[in-house]
Amino acid sequence: MNHIVIIGNGIAGVTAARHIRKNSDVKITIISAENKYFFSRTALMYVYMGHLTFKHTQPYEDWFWKKNKIDLKEGLVISVNTTNKTLQFMDSTSINYDKLIIATGSKPHKFGWPGQDLKGVMGLYHKQDLEQLEKYAPNNKVCKRAVIVGGGLIGIELAEMLRSRNIPVTFLVREQSFWNGVLPAQESEMINKHILEHQIDLRLGVHLKEIKSDQNGQVSSIIIEETGEEIDCNVVGLTAGVTPNIDFIKASSIETGRGVKVNRFLETNVEDVYAIGDCAEQREAIGQRRNIEAVWYTGRMMGETVAQTICGNKTAYKPGHWFNSAKFLDIEYQTYGWVFSEQNKTENEGYFQWKHPKEAKCVTISYDKKNHLFLGINTFGIRMRHQVFDKWLSEKKSIEFILEHFADANFDPEFYKLHETAIVAKFNTEFNTNITVRKKSWKRIFSK
Amino acid sequence: MKAIKNIGLILCFIGFTIFTGSIFTGKNKVSQETFDTWTKQKVKSAFFIEKAQKELVAIELSAFELSHRILEIAKASNRHHKSQKKIAWHKIIPLKWNKTSKDFIYPLVRASASGWPQQHPELFFWITFGLAIFGGTIAFAADYKLLGKAGIKNNGIFQHSATNRGPLGIIAFLFFVSFYVVLYFFPNFLINPITAVNPLSKSLSGNEASQWFLYGFMYCAVMGVFAIRMFIKYRHNNYQILRTAVVLFFQIAFAFIIPEILVAFNKPWFDFKNAFPLNYTFFFDWNIDNLLASGNMGVFMLVWGILLTVVIVPIMVYFYGKRWYCSWVCGCGGLAETLGDPYRQLSSKSLLSWKVERWLIHSVLGFAIIMTLITLYTYFAEIESWRNIAFGISVYDVQSSYGFLIGAIFSGVIGTGFYPILGNRVWCRFGCPLAAYMGFVQRFKSRFRITTNGGQCISCGNCATYCEQGIDVRAYAQKGENIVRSSCVGCGICAAVCPRGVLKLENGPTQGRINPTEILLGNDVDLMQYVHRK
Repeated sequence: MNHIVIIGNGIAGVTAARHIRKNSDVKITIISAENKYFFSRTALMYVYMGHLTFKHTQPYEDWFWKKNKIDLKEGLVISVNTTNKTLQFMDSTSINYDKLIIATGSKPHKFGWPGQDLKGVMGLYHKQDLEQLEKYAPNNKVCKRAVIVGGGLIGIELAEMLRSRNIPVTFLVREQSFWNGVLPAQESEMINKHILEHQIDLRLGVHLKEIKSDQNGQVSSIIIEETGEEIDCNVVGLTAGVTPNIDFIKASSIETGRGVKVNRFLETNVEDVYAIGDCAEQREAIGQRRNIEAVWYTGRMMGETVAQTICGNKTAYKPGHWFNSAKFLDIEYQTYGWVFSEQNKTENEGYFQWKHPKEAKCVTISYDKKNHLFLGINTFGIRMRHQVFDKWLSEKKSIEFILEHFADANFDPEFYKLHETAIVAKFNTEFNTNITVRKKSWKRIFSK
Repeated sequence: MKAIKNIGLILCFIGFTIFTGSIFTGKNKVSQETFDTWTKQKVKSAFFIEKAQKELVAIELSAFELSHRILEIAKASNRHHKSQKKIAWHKIIPLKWNKTSKDFIYPLVRASASGWPQQHPELFFWITFGLAIFGGTIAFAADYKLLGKAGIKNNGIFQHSATNRGPLGIIAFLFFVSFYVVLYFFPNFLINPITAVNPLSKSLSGNEASQWFLYGFMYCAVMGVFAIRMFIKYRHNNYQILRTAVVLFFQIAFAFIIPEILVAFNKPWFDFKNAFPLNYTFFFDWNIDNLLASGNMGVFMLVWGILLTVVIVPIMVYFYGKRWYCSWVCGCGGLAETLGDPYRQLSSKSLLSWKVERWLIHSVLGFAIIMTLITLYTYFAEIESWRNIAFGISVYDVQSSYGFLIGAIFSGVIGTGFYPILGNRVWCRFGCPLAAYMGFVQRFKSRFRITTNGGQCISCGNCATYCEQGIDVRAYAQKGENIVRSSCVGCGICAAVCPRGVLKLENGPTQGRINPTEILLGNDVDLMQYVHRK
């Protein structure tokens, strides 16, 4: 009997298993060292904040796996033998596979800082990181201050978490403005301001020099490289990005770079071995996407794709137009298509920008200066309809078209104040056009 | 600000304590006149009257002692009559735990109360309701500053005893359940609280307040105070603000003030928004007779009530989903969305609970319909309601068992009492026959849906956790499917708590409303196939 073994029960591995089960009757085993049941790691922050319990982060009830004949095995794989198709576990047991899917995700990036392995230094990725945080930062009496190193999406989430328990937070960001390698200045500055309003001690343009310990091997302070300032703290969060979690494969014949090298069919160089999710590294870039994408939905899409291939319907991984979303404290962010920051955009990419005079809402639309082709949009504090932008990107609409039909794309809850008129008025002034916003049309939204 | 909040909480607690404590205090003195009026209406046994005359009249007693004595005398009287050779059945006083206190004992206790609250009802009102409402209002108003910037503020909900079935939650649960049991079955212990609202009742309708007037006033007061909490908690969300304001308006105007004014003008007490079958007594013989006897206004009420259920409800559900009623108009929904909001996360999302829900709610609907059909049959066939129609059961038996099991126990004691255990909307989810009826329309013929925004879902589970109706919203959202469920009451909280802007309540074309998706938006080639298939 055909036996599919999946290492990793994150969104990629579990999606692959579900879709393989939908399309076949093969034996499926999912291996995890983190937690027996699949949970949504994007929700770990809400467990610490008390919005959810850990149980709520599990999208499927415990009976689901047995009912769908998906075996769950707890264990840490330490090596892969591709010749006799065997996985070796930490506890010296082993398991055989016919087809192997590597979906081991990421681990927090560490840059070799002195003291980075002290007690109280942690990332925010695994369930175990959450347990560490509960241990070292249960409240502001045990943790009098926390320092977060690395100004990305996880860093700001960790800051929000700690602030929910009134723990003072110092946030060290290497860039001169928060996430300005990705966000245009207007948005990055708005987030800087919002971070400060949440009583987070934001330090821009600084690096961590070292982490100092007390006599018990626990964090006692950190030192900032630029100023030499020493900041007393009980917890250090390292959130300077993630890197594929593939050390156990390095000794095998599976080819790796930063991640596990795969082709468009998510196949590795070894037959019957596939890699999906955060740990997969595309040999050639897909569009403007990075070769390794640690994004929730790409993991899910790779899982869907590899399941098709394994079930005999060989399918290439073709992620469509780029999109993503995040939440910076109270500000929601969505993006569709490509909007690059000032540092990273090319000469022909222009911005049209709008910012609400009072509230934390803004929009950046990126377009091609030569032909006014719409390239992408960032919205802050305004929700947009994915389906509509996906269609407009496929149909290569102009920026003028986007603005004229902007009401079709709004996805804010009912009775929200809409800003299309103000946005288009600003565009008309700047571009000397005469566009009027058309009323939202269900027909256009659903047209093929 | 913290100090203001604490002062508010203390004031509220004091008002609340006096209110609750007044149940255990106060005194009653039965005058001869009161006694005679009561016995004339309620008692046919001379044995009882003679014994009661000695033990009750002109003696100062607590409400508990008085109630206890009445019950003991009734038992003695029944023993006496049953020991006779020829039993005079009409002299036996019917004793039932859920009826005797309310129907037999309450009127005498009510009429004979003569303690401090009865002498100073206005002052008593201010030190109970006044303090509690004022204190609650400023305690919640302080959150405007304390909660920080506008946004989703669910910090610590699962770490707090009151909102996570901890000791405080259990205390609230026991309090709610006891309150409903006393209200429905032992109003003879609520005389002092009823006295507090007596002046208000007199000024509205001219009548003495009943326990139902007390309940109506408390309902409005609690909703009002907790609406302030909603306005502040969701001040960034116009849908929540508007919805809360409208449902509060309907409660105060339509369920409380207008019916009382109707009574003042000698018209039947009538709640124009309370649709059958939630309003299960609408087709009862006594209600129809009462309406028909009330002139043009009564006939209008009768026609309106039928139109509401048969025409207005389904049409509105077609256009807007059942939320127009459940979350914008209904009193039960209104309480659930205000007082119940802190408990919404406690509703079970398991598949098992969904199964239980469908069995229960549709059984109640079936019960209500069958009861109404046989009621109407006997009404038009002119069979008296107490007469045995089949299996030794009369229409009255059916009606009173519905009233007891569904009307009192399910919708009140369990439906509201269990908020801190099973989440708010216990009644709306598991029991309300109107919700079941509207659910059919919403599921099969409506423009309403919760749209899932393509592939943006990250399966975090906030939507499902905060769904008061126990819908596993995430199960749909993570597959890119719209949520079209008969139980959805359209509160809009799933869309509010979503950190990625994935959900939107909207009314749109029915075509493509239910969209099973094999592959989510994003995977390129498959997407176009998916779009074209639709």
